[in-house]
Amino acid sequence: MTEPSKRPTRRDTLRVAGALGATALFAPAMIRAANAQSGFNWKRFAGQKVDVLYVKNTRADMLVAKNKEFEALTGIQISAEAIPEQQQRQKVTIEFTSGKPTFDVVALSMHVQKRIAAKGKWLTDLRPFMADASLTSPELDFADIGQAGLNFSTQNDGTLDTMPKFVDYWILYYNKELFEQKGVAYPKTMDEIVTAAEKLNDPAKGIYGFVSRGLKNANVPVWTSWLLGQGMETIDKSGNLLTATPEAAWAGELYKRLNKDFAPPGTIGFNWNECQTSFATGRAAMWLDGIGFAAPLEDKSKSRVAGKVGYGVVPPGPKAHHSAIFGDGMGIARTSTKKEASWLYIQWATNKANQLAMLKAGAGSPARNSPFDDVETIRASTFGKQWFDTILASAKIGRPGLPVIVPVTEFRDIFGVALTNMIGGADPKTELAKATEQFKPVLEKSEQG
Amino acid sequence: MVKRRYWLFAVPATVVVAAVIVFPWLFTIYMSVHDWNVSGAVTFVALDNFRALFTDQRFYESVFHTLYFTVLAVVFPILLGTAAALVFHRNFKGRGLLRGIFIMPMMATPVAVSLVWTMMFHPQLGVLNYLLTSVGLPASQWVYSTSTVIPTLVIVEVWHWTPLVMLIVLGGLANLPREPYEAAEIDGANAFHCFRYITLPLVWPFIMIALILRTIDALKAFDTIYVISQGGPGTASETINIFLYLQAFAFFKLGYASAVVLIFFALIIALSLLLLHVRQKSKWNV
Repeated sequence: MTEPSKRPTRRDTLRVAGALGATALFAPAMIRAANAQSGFNWKRFAGQKVDVLYVKNTRADMLVAKNKEFEALTGIQISAEAIPEQQQRQKVTIEFTSGKPTFDVVALSMHVQKRIAAKGKWLTDLRPFMADASLTSPELDFADIGQAGLNFSTQNDGTLDTMPKFVDYWILYYNKELFEQKGVAYPKTMDEIVTAAEKLNDPAKGIYGFVSRGLKNANVPVWTSWLLGQGMETIDKSGNLLTATPEAAWAGELYKRLNKDFAPPGTIGFNWNECQTSFATGRAAMWLDGIGFAAPLEDKSKSRVAGKVGYGVVPPGPKAHHSAIFGDGMGIARTSTKKEASWLYIQWATNKANQLAMLKAGAGSPARNSPFDDVETIRASTFGKQWFDTILASAKIGRPGLPVIVPVTEFRDIFGVALTNMIGGADPKTELAKATEQFKPVLEKSEQG
Repeated sequence: MVKRRYWLFAVPATVVVAAVIVFPWLFTIYMSVHDWNVSGAVTFVALDNFRALFTDQRFYESVFHTLYFTVLAVVFPILLGTAAALVFHRNFKGRGLLRGIFIMPMMATPVAVSLVWTMMFHPQLGVLNYLLTSVGLPASQWVYSTSTVIPTLVIVEVWHWTPLVMLIVLGGLANLPREPYEAAEIDGANAFHCFRYITLPLVWPFIMIALILRTIDALKAFDTIYVISQGGPGTASETINIFLYLQAFAFFKLGYASAVVLIFFALIIALSLLLLHVRQKSKWNV
């Protein structure tokens, strides 16, 4: 029996061309109809131009690539710029301080910039926009935004500075193959991480039990992750430093033990990228860091551990069980003259479809809950169900990994130096006491004036 | 009689100089006597920033790191660059090609060079440790150790800037007169004597130029250090430039950073004057 020819006939070609033509012809009408159905006029600010400043990363790249979609929907022209994180934070601070920022919409790292944004009155409160039905699409579905992201976006006075976009949960990556080879079970407590690292550590074979950031500044969330296991953050609600407490010293000891005794040589200068390389080449059995590394780790062309990566919630400490969280949001500059058009852009950028796309691409964990309900995405993902389960479980126990203060960078610098000194052999208690003494006046001064 | 107003021609240049040189300096001095923090009010503090600076242990450490880095990053390129110039001054087959290859590092962008070296320095995956261990030598931690970070950064500087010294010295060698050598040969001088008593003194002014240029370059080195070690591990390679950058653009203490700028400027001026004085003394007395 001969197979029927699969070559398209002229009639087929004409049919497809006709369908495409009709789609092109009627697409704007369809969008208009959809808007009319939802009773929301996306075109209200057509003709305006909105300047957007992003931090350069995959999430931003995805949105920038799709900006044409927003422009077609609203008629608003978008001029977007995405620059590396450190430079973006500097630019944002300097421009806001100048009083005349060059952007209308800005992506902020709320774990670093939340307090300075409030103190400097950088951003517009989004609540009045949200309350205005003519400005807010019914599809916004604010209830879908997860609590972790909302906590970062909401200031003490209730102001909603930013729309949450991304929440980073710190998790423990582990090499399942190495764990199986040594018969080691996933640690149930923070102390068990040490015993597991000890068993897995095999420097003669170039394999190390544990890896995490040692580089000054970048290393602080590792220590604060351990401190959360004591049910404690670095600063209490009254603004007192808790960094010289016995609990902080315990977290320092844990940091020192893991990074000094079971980590690859040179960990003192490791940022996340060196840690990722160590783990992806199978040289580290465990790695504590943010959730967003599944994509490179599961990429067979870049990783030797693809398919062998385990994703675990950070084990509980002696007194509490938390995962350190960090979050980004999008806000509107208080000085912007196009606040309404900017608000439309933020709604679009953080809508369900774009948040789902972020999750699908492995570009990070979205601030919305609904993407995690998308069974098809989870089933089709190369990251495996464990990765998604780890996000959801971490979300339930999430707690900020950095203090909400103005001098976050200085905090990270001073305590970061103390932590690197610990890897070099210094006593955690002494180092933390010294760093606390050094940072105290900086913190006090930051809230004056 | 027509009044001559030649000075009008100097006005545009004066305005430009005032705008791009004088004003920034005056403004830096102004900021240095203020507590100027981007998140707070600006208050006059007189010399408090300078007082704080002179009690800041980290600043002293950064001065030491700067001097340590500068000495190494000047001495080695001078020695190697001079040696290379002497080699390339001779005629041999393939000299042009080899000289071209030798000066190639100088043409590379410092940031790109630094990124490549960073990969090579990786303690587990870097090619340098692979090479060391394959000949039976122990692996090094390179920039990932507080004790080796500055010498390692100097390796990058030496690789990058030795060709510049070579070119300067080579230019000097090309201009040397033949007569002293002919006279020395007649007097029975050997190659070492010729080098020690003729070549070196005659080429010394050129070496001094290379020394001044290298010193200024090494003192203001930022990109290589920032890309490779960011001043770390800890503060082990934090030079004045890195310290200054952190104060100004990470902590936004603009007043304090301005005080650092002024002190650093004074240090550079002092060193430059010293070197110029030495250079003046080394000039040929024709």
